[in-house]
Amino acid sequence: MQQPNRLRPFFENISFDRKDNEMVINFGPQHPSAHGQLRLVLHMQQEQITKAHPDVGYLHRGMEKMAENMIYNEFLPTTDRMDYIASSSNNYGFALAVEKLIGLEVPRRAKVIRMMLLEINRLMSHLFWLATTALDIGAMTVFLYAFREREYLMDIIEDYCGARLTHSSIRIGGVPLDIPDNFIHDLKEFLDKFPQDLKDYEDLLDTNRIWKMRMEGVGVISKEMAESWGCSGVMLRASGHNWDLRKEEPYELYDEVEFDVPVSTKGDNYARYKLYMAEMRESSKILYQTMDMYKKTQENNETELMAHAPQYISAPKLDIMTQNYALMQHFVLVTQGMRPPVGEVYVPTESPKGELGFFINSQGGPYPYRLKMRAPSFWHTGILQDLLPGSMIPDVVAIIGTTNIVFGEVDR
Amino acid sequence: MRKYVPKDDVQKKPYYTDRYWVAPQVAKFDVESDEVFAADLATIKEKCEVIEAYIQVDQMVVIIKPTDNFTVAQILKDECAYNQLSEVGAMDWIAKQNQYEVFYQFLSMSKRKRVRIKCFLDVDQAVESLNPLYRSADWAEREMWDMSGVKVNNHPYMKRILMPDDWVGHPLLKTYPLQGDEAAAWYEVDRIFGKEARDVIGPENREPARVDRYDTERFGRLGHEIERGAEFKEDQAKTPLAYQEEGGVLIIKKFHEDDTVEITDRKR
Amino acid sequence: MAQHQVNYTQDGGLPVALTSVDKIVNWGRSNSLWAMTYGLACCGIEMMASGASRYDFDRFGTIFRASPRQSDLMIVAGTLTKKHAEFIKRLYDQMPEPRWVISMGSCANTGGMFNTYATVQGVDRIIPVDLYLPGCAPRPETLQYAVMMLQKKIRAEKAGKSQRQKRLV
Repeated sequence: MQQPNRLRPFFENISFDRKDNEMVINFGPQHPSAHGQLRLVLHMQQEQITKAHPDVGYLHRGMEKMAENMIYNEFLPTTDRMDYIASSSNNYGFALAVEKLIGLEVPRRAKVIRMMLLEINRLMSHLFWLATTALDIGAMTVFLYAFREREYLMDIIEDYCGARLTHSSIRIGGVPLDIPDNFIHDLKEFLDKFPQDLKDYEDLLDTNRIWKMRMEGVGVISKEMAESWGCSGVMLRASGHNWDLRKEEPYELYDEVEFDVPVSTKGDNYARYKLYMAEMRESSKILYQTMDMYKKTQENNETELMAHAPQYISAPKLDIMTQNYALMQHFVLVTQGMRPPVGEVYVPTESPKGELGFFINSQGGPYPYRLKMRAPSFWHTGILQDLLPGSMIPDVVAIIGTTNIVFGEVDR
Repeated sequence: MRKYVPKDDVQKKPYYTDRYWVAPQVAKFDVESDEVFAADLATIKEKCEVIEAYIQVDQMVVIIKPTDNFTVAQILKDECAYNQLSEVGAMDWIAKQNQYEVFYQFLSMSKRKRVRIKCFLDVDQAVESLNPLYRSADWAEREMWDMSGVKVNNHPYMKRILMPDDWVGHPLLKTYPLQGDEAAAWYEVDRIFGKEARDVIGPENREPARVDRYDTERFGRLGHEIERGAEFKEDQAKTPLAYQEEGGVLIIKKFHEDDTVEITDRKR
Repeated sequence: MAQHQVNYTQDGGLPVALTSVDKIVNWGRSNSLWAMTYGLACCGIEMMASGASRYDFDRFGTIFRASPRQSDLMIVAGTLTKKHAEFIKRLYDQMPEPRWVISMGSCANTGGMFNTYATVQGVDRIIPVDLYLPGCAPRPETLQYAVMMLQKKIRAEKAGKSQRQKRLV
């Protein structure tokens, strides 16, 4: 028997038998296909949605406030929990913002390793997207297959940093470790096998009647709408904008690698699905090139992994253990934190979901005065409010699936 | 007497500050050094007053009057081809100068340039909503109101977005403590069980690493298991980690550690 | 963990002796633990991974259900925020007896690293928890171990009267 408590039905003040035949459906916040804690209040005329109110904030954990009370290095692991499907890209976005703020140049080898990690994370994120979206639409097989490949990548990244999900693998000023010995070998083995896997998924989905009916012509985002809602990443590219920050505002060594930016003009779910598949191929292309770049740094004997900036970055571990001054500097940096110059910076990077930007206002103290995270998923959730009206109720799940939102990022 | 601590800024402060240390500045460049930005600034200056403008870390920063924000956004959108509003946010300078600072981050895809428009507004002043120009302002301004308490005029649906509707206070104000005020601490208890349940449930324990090994009611220790509620003894015997009970489980095969196989070949 | 006053020995404590009826019932209960998908944050992804191809939770009889009314185990995976708190209570109340709760990950146990205004400092402030599972995020192996420990716990329960209310208030 239930004991009475304060919780009463949530919609006690909404009448369902209204004269205009409108029904209100509450979707979430704990819905298996809402990709997290999304709550949608849908106003329906029979099967058709007339009004949609996405309600977010069910995973708001106060990260921006935490950042204001933490030193910069201390905050880095918190960024892992933002877009937890691809943690390294958040680490990277934050690290790059702080590096831009203090004007730091990262050693080449660290850049190569960072690019490897970023692309592995992109693959992981896209595979996860494919798995969950296919599951929501009913393709359980693809879910199991895609997770199998994702586990391979997780093993590779676990070899590097020891964690499966929350990597913290990129530091301000470089990377903490060199890649382990078998990393290149494992990665190559995976990448050689991967095109066949992608083909398997496409064989299962591309011409699948159910998949096509639920994807084609559903959730069409026009070019203007995508622009106006601040969409980025695949959401923007599916609507006809050729805009990838890796190409347009290159960071790291993305201007040295060759890859294409897949673009579609259709703007529907199917176009987004095709773009995700194409992007996975491009990512593996980049990964092959970074492996060659890594070998070149080995040949040139560029072994530095962290930038040399004693004012901001600790010395390598060997120096800390052997040299007095390096130890003192490390002690000060750990206990008090680095003090970046006074100023502001907004640094966008292309995370798997879209444009991930970090805005930092530093007042010269060890804590940021204000840190604002521009998470792509936030705007991709907002667009639902304009996108859903007019579509049918089963389309809601498909549309939420292809927007690829992650609630750690939406609510922060 | 107890030491007085000012309450207008409860953020964490560094415990050590060097009196003689002067913080360096991130370099600011003249807008004239970049042609595209110079042209954009000239277009803005034709219609609005610009208080300050400079280039910092490859992006132009323009400080304007808070009443001009809609006009400037319109100029940027229609005349300078800044087609995306990527971010809106507010900073709290109330303790220092009784003002908010609001920034708008614009992106032009055709020019590949980013501009940040900033304005300082008084606490009781409101900014105009940019929603008619950029739909992304809809949610961004709601978040700004929710987090920092900056008021926005002519917004179509001004409601809290991240915090619940009946939340008290704006979390990103410097006067708001990191771990929440009284209302925040009891929010979920009050809402679910009612205020009278506060005593039963007890205050929040903000020390996550707390483990009391003498408290055998709430804490068990793997490898050193004792009965719940029994008295803790220092020289506790070790108990093996077992998935199953000693006598085995009905129908289920008994697990033997010697029979386990370690799979090393991942292609198996 | 919360400081609330629950007398565990009184509410569903250890039984004196188990009969063979208990054993049969407990065998059934412990080997068909249908878990409710309560993925809240990062740990939810690991929970999905443990249900997917490599870790394969179905071997344990643990099948994820989307509805609270069909499930008897709630795995709270992730950060519970104050805004969400009332929904977890609402869904827990909908689950039929007997029911168990695993709190997965540091955030669900104690609030974890999110020691802020918006996070509930441990789900045991809202619902009674049977098993705490440390880690941020715990690996799927850890979750499987937790489920096996829970099975062990269920096997030691008295089938008939053991499901006394484990209520906080």
